[in-house]
Amino acid sequence: MDFTLAPAVLAYRERVRSIIAAHHTPQTEHHQHTSGTFNNPALNRALAADGLIERAVPGLGAGDPIELWVLFNEMEKAGAPLDALAMAVMIAGVVQHVGTDAQKAAVIPAVTSGGALICLGYSEPDAGSDLSALTTRAERDGSEWVINGAKMWTTMAHEARWVILLARTDASLPRHQGLTMFLIPMDTPGVRVDPVHTMATERTNATFYDDVRVGDDCVLGEVNGGWRVMGVALSFERGVMGGTNPGVPLLRHTAAWAQESGRITEPAVREKLARVAIDNHVAALLTQRSAWIAASGGLPGLEGSMTKLFASESYQKASRWFQEMAGAEGLLQLLQPGAAAHGWIEYDARHSPVTTIYGGTSEINRNNIAERHLGLPRMRR
Amino acid sequence: MELALSPDQRVLLEAFEQFFRRESAPMVVRRAEPLGFDAELWAALATMEVWGSDASLSDLCVIGEMAGRSVAPVPFAEHAVASRVLGWSSLFSGESIAGFSPRPANEHGVWSVVPAGAVADVIVGMDRDEFVALVSPPPMAGPRNHASAPLADRSARLGELSILGTRRDFDRACAEWKVLTAAMLVGLAAAALEMGVEYVQQRQQFGVPIGAFQAVQHALADLPGRIDGARLLTHQAAAALDAGGGGICDVANNDITDAHALASMAFVFSADIAADSTARSLHFHGGYGFAEEYDIQLYYRRARGWALVLGDPTTEYLALADRLWPDDAPARRAAGS
Repeated sequence: MDFTLAPAVLAYRERVRSIIAAHHTPQTEHHQHTSGTFNNPALNRALAADGLIERAVPGLGAGDPIELWVLFNEMEKAGAPLDALAMAVMIAGVVQHVGTDAQKAAVIPAVTSGGALICLGYSEPDAGSDLSALTTRAERDGSEWVINGAKMWTTMAHEARWVILLARTDASLPRHQGLTMFLIPMDTPGVRVDPVHTMATERTNATFYDDVRVGDDCVLGEVNGGWRVMGVALSFERGVMGGTNPGVPLLRHTAAWAQESGRITEPAVREKLARVAIDNHVAALLTQRSAWIAASGGLPGLEGSMTKLFASESYQKASRWFQEMAGAEGLLQLLQPGAAAHGWIEYDARHSPVTTIYGGTSEINRNNIAERHLGLPRMRR
Repeated sequence: MELALSPDQRVLLEAFEQFFRRESAPMVVRRAEPLGFDAELWAALATMEVWGSDASLSDLCVIGEMAGRSVAPVPFAEHAVASRVLGWSSLFSGESIAGFSPRPANEHGVWSVVPAGAVADVIVGMDRDEFVALVSPPPMAGPRNHASAPLADRSARLGELSILGTRRDFDRACAEWKVLTAAMLVGLAAAALEMGVEYVQQRQQFGVPIGAFQAVQHALADLPGRIDGARLLTHQAAAALDAGGGGICDVANNDITDAHALASMAFVFSADIAADSTARSLHFHGGYGFAEEYDIQLYYRRARGWALVLGDPTTEYLALADRLWPDDAPARRAAGS
């Protein structure tokens, strides 16, 4: 096996690193943690201006999937906000794959220039892991669709230019078959965004759709083909667009704290730092494997499940270890005097719980691995 | 980047998968207890011309994983490492057996609880400041132990002594031993998981296979990703050693390519997953898993035994920490103060 990156990929990585270093600053971090909006438009635009986003767009960019992985892994390791950009880039790939010429012309340049965001309207108040139970409906009225319903966890809806919305268009069909994906401008009348504030500072949203009228030009893919479009999105994500190395900034911050505080000399501290370094390294190798499988023409769905499960569970374990290690100072938040690791340890202890929930819970991933990898019975008790 | 085995390695994998399946069936593993060495298997392995071949460490990892799958009662890692250091034709032919002591000799010149110590004609390891080989007659017996492994105390001084090098040379050999042991533990862990999956599909309770219960499924589903991670890490470490060592430890960027750090990481990570995989698989066998008649207990005991001969894993984590954060290593601090 050869784990080394090609010179062109290393050069890409260096460009990404230098742009992140220039645009992800203590000031932008501070703004992120006071506003609750985890997105850095200046960073996105700078990456775009250098052509780095266009190169990475899944299924479209010359650098996909290896550079796609490198881009988001570098952002994650640096602690730069990446989910907003990742959603937009992924949906740009989907639009390129299944969209109309008009949709492509509107969306792709807007995303690759680094300006436009797109949020995901999948989950609902009563449909999360069991997404096919969703009840948001789109009904025909002449040449228009009339959409009514509510979506949860539409993160970045308050900044996004579009939402991709999964809605039921034919209730007479089996649950997965009667769904259609829509690509809707967020300024369409009848769309409402309410903030949902989270334990980890980041703001997400509930979005409401009240007699939202759109034309066929807003259908993404085929009518009643929404589940397939979602499959395209998942197949483009491949587990390489961030979310598998959150332990890297945590370890960096904690090691720096241990050095500053002198705790680095304690064997108990050194052991835990080493263990987390191993988990971070393994999570990176598993992610690299997904990128390599995708680059070899495969679809690393199961491997992505394994990676996400391992990475998020390890991160949670690490954030608990480190907060306990820091003791009372591990309770103090960002910018508070005396806070361990300037408050990053406390932040990660608040952030880590969500990572085993969003993007597929640990339980859904374990089901997936048990059924499709281990071959255990699908009917569970 | 190429994360698949090479075509040649796939041939090796298939050949040795079949070899160990045929020659190291559970009956052979049991027959070798409690000593933990089977002379017939050893002789058969010699005919496969592993030793003294131009096989890279990466190639040996492929073979070692297959030996681990069958918990083969032969000192694979020890003999491979010692043969590479000594280059003796008697070792290449399998006529002589070599052991490797990953821990230095004590002040009395004794290597304690040496892997393959019960059966090896020559042991290599550290004594005082030197990396040495000592030829002496093997006891062909040792203390009964958890893993039914051929462990024994051996003298580092009484016998025919050769000086092989310094601490640095030992460190290189020890890194190779860690990587090969890690490969064997990966194979052991993967086989234990497969045994558990097979059992929970057959065993019926409450009118269904117990593998239909989510509690059982989920505990098993945690394992394959960690096993795959251990295999990737082991191969990365082997490739780094094959490339001659070197590399960096840039923890801040999660960029660790240092061969010795990778070897250490591969060893402890593989040991950890082997311990978990065998424990969960044994547990889901219910009472039968505890019975000698079932094979999973053979795997459970070796998962621990093959790793613990290096010592408390905490010590290895601390040694790794000294590589990753060298400025704060205790030795460095002591030297500076």
